[in-house]
Amino acid sequence: MKQFIQDLAETNRYQATHLLHILREVQSHYHYIPEAAIEQIAELLNISRTQIIGVVEFYSFFHLTPRGQYDLLISDSITDHMLGKQSLIDYLSEKLNVAVGKVRRDGVVSLDNTSCTGMCDQGPAGLVNGYALTRLDRPKIDQITDLINQQKPLDQWPNELFQVEDNIIEPGLLLSQPLNQGSALQSAFKRGLKETLNELDESGLRGRGGAGFKTATKWKFCSEEHENQRYVVCNADEGEPGTFKDRVLLNSYAHEVFEGMTLCAAIIGAQQGFLYLRGEYLHLYEKLQNVLDERRLAGLLGNDILKEGFNFDIEICLGAGAYICGEESALIESLEGKMGIPRNRPPYPVNQGYLGRPTVVNNVETFMAAASIAVNGGDWFANVGTEKSKGTKILSICGDCSRPGIYEYPFGTSIRSVLNDCGASDVLGIQIGGPSGTFISNHEFDRKLAFEDLATGGSFIVFNNSRNILDIVNNFTHFFAHESCGFCTPCRVGTSLLKKQLDKIIDGHGSAGDVVALEELCQLIKNHSHCGLGQTAANPVLTTLQRYPELYQSHLKKISYEPGFDLDRALETARKLAKRNDAGAHLAQVEEEI
Amino acid sequence: MSKTITIDGNTIPFEDGQTIMEAATAAGVYIPHLCHHPEYTPHGSCKLCTVKVNGRTCSACTFPAMEGQDVLNNTKELNDDRQKITQMLFVEGNHLCPGCEKTGNCQLQAVAYHLNMLDDHFPHFYPTREMDASHEDVLIDHNRCIFCTLCVRASQQKDGKDVFAISGRGINKHLIFNSQSGLLKDTDLDAADQAAHICPTGAILIKRTGYQVPIGERIYDHKQIDQVSLETEHHQHGE
Repeated sequence: MKQFIQDLAETNRYQATHLLHILREVQSHYHYIPEAAIEQIAELLNISRTQIIGVVEFYSFFHLTPRGQYDLLISDSITDHMLGKQSLIDYLSEKLNVAVGKVRRDGVVSLDNTSCTGMCDQGPAGLVNGYALTRLDRPKIDQITDLINQQKPLDQWPNELFQVEDNIIEPGLLLSQPLNQGSALQSAFKRGLKETLNELDESGLRGRGGAGFKTATKWKFCSEEHENQRYVVCNADEGEPGTFKDRVLLNSYAHEVFEGMTLCAAIIGAQQGFLYLRGEYLHLYEKLQNVLDERRLAGLLGNDILKEGFNFDIEICLGAGAYICGEESALIESLEGKMGIPRNRPPYPVNQGYLGRPTVVNNVETFMAAASIAVNGGDWFANVGTEKSKGTKILSICGDCSRPGIYEYPFGTSIRSVLNDCGASDVLGIQIGGPSGTFISNHEFDRKLAFEDLATGGSFIVFNNSRNILDIVNNFTHFFAHESCGFCTPCRVGTSLLKKQLDKIIDGHGSAGDVVALEELCQLIKNHSHCGLGQTAANPVLTTLQRYPELYQSHLKKISYEPGFDLDRALETARKLAKRNDAGAHLAQVEEEI
Repeated sequence: MSKTITIDGNTIPFEDGQTIMEAATAAGVYIPHLCHHPEYTPHGSCKLCTVKVNGRTCSACTFPAMEGQDVLNNTKELNDDRQKITQMLFVEGNHLCPGCEKTGNCQLQAVAYHLNMLDDHFPHFYPTREMDASHEDVLIDHNRCIFCTLCVRASQQKDGKDVFAISGRGINKHLIFNSQSGLLKDTDLDAADQAAHICPTGAILIKRTGYQVPIGERIYDHKQIDQVSLETEHHQHGE
């Protein structure tokens, strides 16, 4: 092990910022992070062992105790559940003879749930040793079980298990006009960098991650900082359940994305860029490295780009299973090799970002749009969309529709026409913008996709009338509790309390005051949390409570008070000790009211 | 003329670089807090110091004071929410005041009194947390840790050591120690270190000093935390 870690540290130039890279390698090689590795890495990187333990315990894909040689994770997104995930994982557990969350006794295989893996259009999905598995069904599970029991190396597994499709159904302004390599940079240098920033300003492009900050303004602020080192970061930590458009953009439009990053670097004066790729998209890693190599060979990355005396390169950093790293300052912390805990603001990343230097963080789609704008001009983009939301939005549509996949629409498009296109019928409602967004009912289909109406980072999940709203809300609420970084009290404690309170109501233990208590708790989490995760974690409850209050009320018992715990279950230990199970050894939860 | 902000309608001077908390403390205005300590880099995690700045929610301990800020602090709405946040801290761990050596000297308890907290409101988590009594002179009771990181910061910033860290995610956060065994006894913590005395709750206790000051004669038995806080955290208000 000593030599392995030593080589690993050397390849990573003993940089503490590369801690996640190093830990990913250790995890993949040993199936856990051994104590001895922690000691050695701490010494080689000159960081404390507590920083390493902190990171290992923070990210879902790192473990202090051994996982199986084959670590199977099944996506727990609501869309996977709608495609029969629960019966599949039960089947898998039975076939492989391993309980969910456990490692099989022989150490060969482990099985667990994981947050949405971004394959909602081709689920039920999972990961084996980090590599995406799609369209899982019983025959595939039989096949996987055999492969695992024969201990066949992953690279000898049949390709169809790992087939990931783009499913681009409705290309629009951006997707229908791929750029020639280098054309955005050539246009920008020809027009002038300042003039190109003006075009970007006139295009009205706003950040595509969801928050919608004006891109040109962000780039301008960053370029105005008095620092000689600046960074460009592409946020490809696409963790919002139901979103998968960045996966497709990076698979088929990587040149456009990298070109957008390079354009940004030229404009703000950065020499180094990072693509922060969510760990779940490991299958794209090699392909993206090859695209970067291609661009270096073509003189579009590296030294003296296009012979303009401009130097810039891009490094790909893989995440390790933490939704919070999609928050830009948490992402920067993660890039620095730390736990993904959102920073206090101010200072903002454009002032003090990566390593304290001015940093632009933009979404994958934003960089791609910026590159297209550099070629086609600001008007080309601004002529499409609404007054406040220019251009188009790329949606990841999934759930109850006959054509799930990627759709690109001008802003201002009505929900109704989107539903027609994707083949959705008998619709109950839609989750727009993922769990952190809004649930809209079937009375709201005339609403529009736009920052001023329904903003979305791309997630668009359709539910038909066979679905139970509380199941959906429950899945989302558990998701946030699982993904809360735990930094601030309202989110750390609040999201877990919210989970308990919602479970209480759904399980039929709620009484008169419990919906009011639920809403109060939601407001507290929303108003006082440190970052966007906590501020939106109560949205699934709040947006459905607003639309379907009777649904929540109907689950309440008609009594004035209900204990917070299960009285009868609390007696279980006593029954065991007394070896009794007669009627006298049981207790009703509450006395029947007369 | 010096720059000013208003807090609850009162005009208060500030200097560039000061946070709202620093300006308030200097002016003798108490803003409830637990993770904040004037000698250490602000953390902004407990969220008790939440104030409204021109209508926007901010943490007073991290947000810079700026000309034109109209700050709301001591309002019923904010204090009600602060009470709920304190209740969250109580139910998250195992805080059994009558059996805790820190009672009467505990800032969590004192803030709860100050905010008129009369019950826990939320259901308890009753987490299973171990104690670490391995160190010769210092006892750690994880049941009472509220993850304020004051011990982490004190050890790094004052003691020149790096004994403590917070690890884990979400509700599974926990305090860890910088030693190969993971035990406190194998760290270089000394009972005289600032980090061993900074804990606002009873999570870090010095052995063989328990109950030397009888209950009834302790800090918050006689004074409210707002008064104590201003006296100890700003020289002008001290005795």
